[in-house]
Amino acid sequence: MSEQSSTYFGPAKGNILERRPLVSNNRSMGWITAHIAGMLEGKMPMWWLIAVVITGVWALLVPLELTYLVSTGVGIWGSNQPVAWAWDITNFVFWIGIGHAGTLISAILFLTRQKWRTSINRAAEAMTIFAVICAGIFPAFHVGRVWMAWYLAPIPNANAIWPNFKSPLLWDVFAVSTYFTVSLIFWYIGLVPDLATIRDRATGKFRKFIYGVAALGWRGGNRQWRHYEKAYLILAGISTPLVLSVHSIVSFDFATSVIPGWHTTIFPPYFVAGAIFGGFAMVLTLMIPARAIFGLHDMITRKHIDNMAKIIVLTGSIVGYAYLMELFIAWYSGNPNEWWAFLHNRIHPEAPYAWAYWSMMFCNVIAPQLFWFKWCRTNILAVWIIVQFPNIGMWFERFVIIVTSLHRDFLPSSWGMFVPSVHDILLFFGTFGLFLFLFLLFLRFLPAITIFEVKAVLPEADPHYVDPHAKGHQH
Amino acid sequence: MKEDQKKIHGIGAEFNNAQELYVAAKKLRASGFKRWDVFSPYPIHGMDDAMGLPNSKVSFFSLCGGIVGAATAFFLIWYTSGVEYPLVVQGKPHFAFEPTFPVFFEITILLTAFFTVGSMLVLNFLPRYYHPVFNWDRFAKVTDDKFFAVIESSDPLFHEAKTKALLEDLGGTHVTLIEE
Repeated sequence: MSEQSSTYFGPAKGNILERRPLVSNNRSMGWITAHIAGMLEGKMPMWWLIAVVITGVWALLVPLELTYLVSTGVGIWGSNQPVAWAWDITNFVFWIGIGHAGTLISAILFLTRQKWRTSINRAAEAMTIFAVICAGIFPAFHVGRVWMAWYLAPIPNANAIWPNFKSPLLWDVFAVSTYFTVSLIFWYIGLVPDLATIRDRATGKFRKFIYGVAALGWRGGNRQWRHYEKAYLILAGISTPLVLSVHSIVSFDFATSVIPGWHTTIFPPYFVAGAIFGGFAMVLTLMIPARAIFGLHDMITRKHIDNMAKIIVLTGSIVGYAYLMELFIAWYSGNPNEWWAFLHNRIHPEAPYAWAYWSMMFCNVIAPQLFWFKWCRTNILAVWIIVQFPNIGMWFERFVIIVTSLHRDFLPSSWGMFVPSVHDILLFFGTFGLFLFLFLLFLRFLPAITIFEVKAVLPEADPHYVDPHAKGHQH
Repeated sequence: MKEDQKKIHGIGAEFNNAQELYVAAKKLRASGFKRWDVFSPYPIHGMDDAMGLPNSKVSFFSLCGGIVGAATAFFLIWYTSGVEYPLVVQGKPHFAFEPTFPVFFEITILLTAFFTVGSMLVLNFLPRYYHPVFNWDRFAKVTDDKFFAVIESSDPLFHEAKTKALLEDLGGTHVTLIEE
């Protein structure tokens, strides 16, 4: 019902350029605390319990599949010559890309003073962390003998060998592990004042102790806030080049090789835009139901959803431009191998993976263009349905890049098709269970919206604010 | 221990909003107090100036972290791939800046993040589970919607009755002695 009280698209009164409030219905600070903290206090609703059991069992597919994989071998996957990288790397790039929206919201929108980020950054950052966890599983187990994965780290060992720092695969190890660590730190530092809120509201001794330890003894003194804010600003400042570097480095796995279809300089910006595009789609996929279930309409307003839809149409258009430019350069470069890979492996109706290429084109380039229409951005159900296309399309993008480039190399005698095995499918399916399971636990145990930042964007948070309803001025 | 022998940590006052707290902070600063702080549910814009606090030193430590990270990364990569374990890969030089830049960059970022967070915690004397202000029952509202100012008894200008009166003059309510 509070949807209707939102005035976002109501008739403009007076100044048409007047800013819409970031928190609707003049909510007080006390209301914000009570509403967000209330989400994780008291009993969780029955749907949550059912959902957590279902996703928990679903997530068990991951350890089961990995146990089978370790005890049998990577041969249980469909990856084989000539397609030695297939679903595992597709899924890795897919999940790592999803994380990028969280860092964009938490870091880049923070630096650019986009205050609307405050009510979505916590959940988006949580998604970043859970997505990177899902992503890391695939390359770690694709190395084959996972118990030897520590060789990737530069640790002195009995064999006196060191990693090859010139390899893009090692760059990936450093990029992804740094990204995970810094994202986790950034997320946790953002959580500290809110954990203190939960501590101060806690009634039970045990709860107070656990949240008290997690809150590090935060007191909210201004002498603490000034260091805190500076640290947060710097973390945002270093996370910005970090997030841009991570997907650039992931794209180097392909771009620095000499495989037609991979060997292109457009990959880093194209991957980064695609990651943000796919990430926002996932943020909307999870936030829209969470908003409806927990009644967060006053904090995640239509303006927030509208802004995210606009970012999707922007990044989707960048991705579309990159697809076309990649195609154009393949032809214009005059490199017969490159053009052949595009024409006969991807776009030609008789190409074996044309269906994947055109699904990607439709989902990532055509479907999000609907967000140019205001109606599509304001109808919440329409938004939720439209963002499923980028979710699917971004998976297909990685599949197209990896599998269609590999399945036909320079020698027609070694051409082959890729068919996923049941274990490919079950492990990928299982990571969705893991992702949702972790997200549900997050909703239960941590404040899903940044309480202190939402308070700080209220008009009365300004020390020079004058209450229009108060009698006389205070100073 | 007898009740009246308990040490006093300081005197606290409660304020209803950021505007009152801001004015109070300016006046407390003008009164010459040194060991005091204002507490709020969110960082108040402009409060550092009102309290006369200098810029935070965290950025200096971040820079140190960046330099340490860059030096560590350079030494690690140069020593392992250029000196200790030179490996011929695709005819590339054993050590060159271009192919090692990504790892160099990532380690620099990682160490900067560690130093930033570490220095923030150290400068804030965190983590610290117990603090005397937590003994004041009203203080729990600091993370909700109330604003507080606390003047510590270790301040040279601290005087139980006078400080109490001053805080009341500034519009503080529930002015309370906080026990150690």
